[in-house]
Amino acid sequence: MKLKTKLFGHNYEFKSLCEVMAKANEEKSGDKLAGIAADSAEERVAAKVVLSHVTLEDLRNTPAVPYEEDEVTRIIQDGVNETIYKEIKNQTVGEFREWLLDGTTTEAMIRRTSKGLTAEMIAATAKLMSNLDLIYAGKKMPVPATCNTTIGLPGTFASRLQPNHTTDDPKGIMASVMEGFSYGCGDAVLGLNPVDDSVESVARVLKEFDEFKNKWEIPTQISVLAHVTTQIEAIKKFDAPIDMIFQSISGSQKGNEAFGVTPQMLEDGRDIVLRRGTCTGPNVMYFETGQGAELSAEAHNGWDQVTMEARTYGFGKKYAPFMVNTVVGFIGPEYLFDGKQVTRAGLEDLFMGKLTGLPMGCDACYTNHIKTDQNDIENLATLLVAQGCNFLISVPQGDDCMLMYQATGYHDMPALREVFGLRPIAEFDCWLEKMGFSENGKLTPLAGDASVFLSK
Amino acid sequence: MIEQNALREIIEQVLGEMNVSGMNAAPKTAQTGVAAPSTSGSVAVATKTTIDDGFIPDVTDVDIRKQYLVENPVNGPAYAELKLHAPCRLAIGKAGARYKTDPMLQFRAAHSAAQDAVFSAVDTAFLEKMGFFTIQTMCDNKDIFLTRPDLGRRLNEEAIKTLNEKCTKNPKVQIYVSDGLSSAAVAANVADVYPSLVQGLKSYGIEVGTPFFLEYGRVGAMDQITELLGAEVTCVLIGERPGLITAESMSAYMTYKGTVGMPEARRNVISNIHKDGTPPVEAGAHIAEVLKSMLDQKTSGTELVKA
Repeated sequence: MKLKTKLFGHNYEFKSLCEVMAKANEEKSGDKLAGIAADSAEERVAAKVVLSHVTLEDLRNTPAVPYEEDEVTRIIQDGVNETIYKEIKNQTVGEFREWLLDGTTTEAMIRRTSKGLTAEMIAATAKLMSNLDLIYAGKKMPVPATCNTTIGLPGTFASRLQPNHTTDDPKGIMASVMEGFSYGCGDAVLGLNPVDDSVESVARVLKEFDEFKNKWEIPTQISVLAHVTTQIEAIKKFDAPIDMIFQSISGSQKGNEAFGVTPQMLEDGRDIVLRRGTCTGPNVMYFETGQGAELSAEAHNGWDQVTMEARTYGFGKKYAPFMVNTVVGFIGPEYLFDGKQVTRAGLEDLFMGKLTGLPMGCDACYTNHIKTDQNDIENLATLLVAQGCNFLISVPQGDDCMLMYQATGYHDMPALREVFGLRPIAEFDCWLEKMGFSENGKLTPLAGDASVFLSK
Repeated sequence: MIEQNALREIIEQVLGEMNVSGMNAAPKTAQTGVAAPSTSGSVAVATKTTIDDGFIPDVTDVDIRKQYLVENPVNGPAYAELKLHAPCRLAIGKAGARYKTDPMLQFRAAHSAAQDAVFSAVDTAFLEKMGFFTIQTMCDNKDIFLTRPDLGRRLNEEAIKTLNEKCTKNPKVQIYVSDGLSSAAVAANVADVYPSLVQGLKSYGIEVGTPFFLEYGRVGAMDQITELLGAEVTCVLIGERPGLITAESMSAYMTYKGTVGMPEARRNVISNIHKDGTPPVEAGAHIAEVLKSMLDQKTSGTELVKA
């Protein structure tokens, strides 16, 4: 492994692969905050040049956190298919990038090769990709998954209906639920971020969602995004109807400890929902992730946020999730400074997640202290759908009154479907037509009239 | 084979039917029998535009709980009642699969207020009127403030010097104001909160230290200030990260003998101070109560027993 190169005759020498990986990133405020970003545009490119010559074997042998210290590293390393790994280990990152993009490399070939990769290899590849590279390669890697319905099939694009409310008021939540469904949102999941995350309250909301889903025969999934242990309790204590277990996860053991989550908890959650859940399966987990989470918990071990995010995907893969949502603009400008950095992170995450073999979606969003706006986020949403994003988040007019941030809106889902010629998940598409909200994949005049649900 | 002239005629006719204007390739439009576009209507005769007096209604005055823009709803009254329970942008109708113009502009207005609250500075005239002098953290500008929370928790050298020169040492209660993530919150609330807070403390017979304004401040800066001035209790009035519902929300963070690097659990907070949340004057009195409890109980944070 060589860690030196010249650019315009100037020497660039890096001390470690860790330094090369950080400096090869596109500019991110989080890497600067961590004190590991490239000092100049030229140094950034020099790091990319060096990285392009690093072999996949070098990356396998340099996990961001040592195997002995970190269970995320152990899960990723122990999950590698050694036969497939041996076939590719001598490739450089530059060669592997070209192989992924090559016209003769098929979806099936990528899916197979994916089993021989570690998170560090996947992150390294993303660092050598331009935005359109990420879109082009991402589009080649559809990852379907099945809970009650199947998400991620080519030709479809789904959404999470997110009816958050400042006080969890049942009437207020249902007003948002009805309107969201009337715009064709919610085929990925109907999922609430609760204000009150007590077991009782979580069970109550789940029962309301389940009743509504059954009354109107909506082919979808439901979830309340409380801590995994709370959801397990809700099933045990109150027989709460759950289709999927939600949890935020991280790319290091220390990061997961900050979220109060262990691999055993995830196993327990998956186990109970497969036995007692209201779902068909086999994919019954819903994970949320996002660049910068490890740094904010001081759990990044000196590594960059792109690599730590790839490791999060490597960890999540073990639990065969139905959906993985990278919440890309929520963390704040100290990690992703502006619309440009949020856009880059969204495309990186989707690419890395897909290459890991995960059914990826994205919460393309922003808080009000980032230098970005709704136009930037609509741009990102459009790019993500072009990249083959399984789902996006939808809230009323893109304004989440409870989390106090903006994301994509109910209207954006049908608009993006129309622009790209995509349809909702098949069963849900039929349901929309049956309800009269859509016809041949286009909204009808009735769409957006939530009062339809109050006439029965 | 079609003759040259015939071919030209066909092309000209097609272009004419497409209503393509300004095409140099078809100079003889008159021959095709299609009327040439009249130039007199669009350019020469300008319609006279009159400017009317009066205002277009303020889009930010709309109560989004009551707004109902869906055309011909199946059961409008029932949904109108239901949506009163949601402070969300619901029943906004649609133009195709996009937003109608009014709600689109309402959203943009709300976001503009939020952005201005974060990225603008507190008016110096306001600070002078309040009698606050200004000091800075180690952030030199908003961009550094937003990307380096660590620097927003530390005073610059000049600030330390100024505080040492101007402030009463070892006060019972040290109060100061900071912009945090909303300058608009400071502008909207401090003129009411600060006097009522000082008045409240006075009624308990509690002395207050020298007030000032800290620019580019994060909450944690209060601990360095506490240590520097030897304050028993410290309270910072600081702007919250704006949402779209309001950009003017302020918080009061309070500590008893705070120290740099102490656990966050030792801090108390009263948040959501704005005209539609906890009203500023009420908030001042409430903060005074909490500060008094801290002095009485000699503790703060999770250990503090609320009065």
